[in-house]
Amino acid sequence: MNTQAQRLKKRHQISAAFKLFCLSVTCLAVAILGILILEVTLLGLPWLNFDFLTRFPSRFPEKAGILAGLAGTLWLVTLTAAIAIPIGVLAAVYLEEYAKPGRVSTFITINIANLAGVPSIVYGIIGLAIFVRFFGLDRSVLAGAMTMSLLILPVIIIASREAIKAVPSSLRQVAFALGATRWQVTRDHVLPQAMPGILTGVILALSRAIGETAPLIMIGALTYIAFVPEGPMDEFTALPIQIYNWTSRPQEAFHELASAGIIVLLLVLLIMNATAVWIRYRGSKNKFM
Amino acid sequence: MTQTSEVLLQANAVSIAYGDQLAVKTVTLPIYQHRITSIIGPSGCGKSTLLRSFNRMNDFIDQVTLTGEISFNDQNIYAPDADPVAVRLNIGMVFQKPNPFPKTIYDNVAWAPKINGLKDNMDDRVEQALKQAALWDEVKDRLHESALNLSGGQQQRLCIARALAMNPLVLLMDEPCSALDPVSTARIEDLLFELKEKLTIVIVTHNMQQAARVSDFTAFMENGILIEYGPTETLFTNPENQRTEEYVTGRFG
Ligand SMILES: Nc1ncnc2c1ncn2[C@@H]1O[C@H](COP(=O)(O)OP(=O)(O)O)[C@@H](O)[C@H]1O
Ligand SMILES: [Mg+2]
Repeated sequence: MNTQAQRLKKRHQISAAFKLFCLSVTCLAVAILGILILEVTLLGLPWLNFDFLTRFPSRFPEKAGILAGLAGTLWLVTLTAAIAIPIGVLAAVYLEEYAKPGRVSTFITINIANLAGVPSIVYGIIGLAIFVRFFGLDRSVLAGAMTMSLLILPVIIIASREAIKAVPSSLRQVAFALGATRWQVTRDHVLPQAMPGILTGVILALSRAIGETAPLIMIGALTYIAFVPEGPMDEFTALPIQIYNWTSRPQEAFHELASAGIIVLLLVLLIMNATAVWIRYRGSKNKFM
Repeated sequence: MTQTSEVLLQANAVSIAYGDQLAVKTVTLPIYQHRITSIIGPSGCGKSTLLRSFNRMNDFIDQVTLTGEISFNDQNIYAPDADPVAVRLNIGMVFQKPNPFPKTIYDNVAWAPKINGLKDNMDDRVEQALKQAALWDEVKDRLHESALNLSGGQQQRLCIARALAMNPLVLLMDEPCSALDPVSTARIEDLLFELKEKLTIVIVTHNMQQAARVSDFTAFMENGILIEYGPTETLFTNPENQRTEEYVTGRFG
């Protein structure tokens, strides 16, 4: 006979077991990440110095540097941000604040969600066909940035829409009741309130763009480049391509160089995230939230 | 106080539906200039819905349909060529929950004039509005602090000041005191008497004593129907309708 007390004891046991399970899975994930970072650091740190950052790739590991990849990635991420952020945020504003809910809006929403799941190589093919060939942008960093923009637009739009949706509708109501137009309400109240959320989405999206390799290879970003792009129409390479190239060589020294390259890539990501945190912090101070 | 005055705002056979659910049924209600009109009735009887229709705030709710006419200064505000933004400049609104913008006190009041392109004499405008809302003395030394640090009652008076900054002719208030303590409520009621010198007020309240205290005219609604409307004193002491009497004497609702 199962008494109430017995059943309760059993339920508590299950609850405790589940907690343990979740905890161990979390630990496992953190441990794997920790091991990865540790290994990369041990391998790459000895190679990481000022020369490494200021030299171009070379056949000789001791002379090789990451400058071309670093500069290419910075160009790429800056141009991508300049293209994708305005388009993505404006699209989100349109869909949330202006578009009437209905079939068209639902159709667009479903398509954006699907686009977010398309493999990145497919965007590379589109970029190759449209930007590189059709628009004749060649293997320029601009073509790369436009391809990357396509890739991250769905993420930016979805994240921005969520952030805009989270702004309480009472805030809009008050503003409208004061005789504001929709643009004034959006500019002065909705966007400032949604900014932290939008920023988080943007940083996630740009981080993804920094790490992507496949679409860049597809559009023909080069692996050996001995110059820094000086304009959007110059050829370029990027950090992940350079890293991939080094790991595919037989010599052990190049594998260690790749680790050093990974550290640089991680540092770039870290700086971007820190910037976002800082902007959010400043924003929240200004708004007295 | 209930002597003749001009009708400034008038609902004419107004019905409002959410989808196919009628919330306000053929209501005809004149609002007199420089008077306070209160709308009372049990929860869900359509008070807020009717009030929102006076400055077209129902436009933001999906699937709302309105039939009939609401005229302001003899112009139908639902006419095809009527501009809802212009309507809201003349007919301001204060909501149930105090809801200042997460900005400074000053910026809260200055926002409406600013977006209307009135940028000169802004300090005067802000001071004027805050004085009208009886808040100036309490905040004049902290205009550039966050509005969210004010007490609930002060926040609600700030919302009134914000709504007054564009000098509207009508102020709509939807249960403005329901989130406030009795002292703050009394301050706002005092304020209403001063304000009606300058403008016309329509106030929704579920508090019958409040309606009796502050208003010149009272409208009693039930199930979307306007049951009785008249001078407050008549409605509370000598109502024509059985339901009105039961409601104002507290036998239901
Ligand atoms: N946004 C809305 N969507 C659908 N129905 C609503 C909405 N707002 C109010 N209603 C309905 O309309 C009726 C009147 O509501 P309301 O005007 O808020 O009443 P009151 O302010 O008198 O309490 C209620 O039955 C309510 O459920
Ligand atoms: Mg209500």
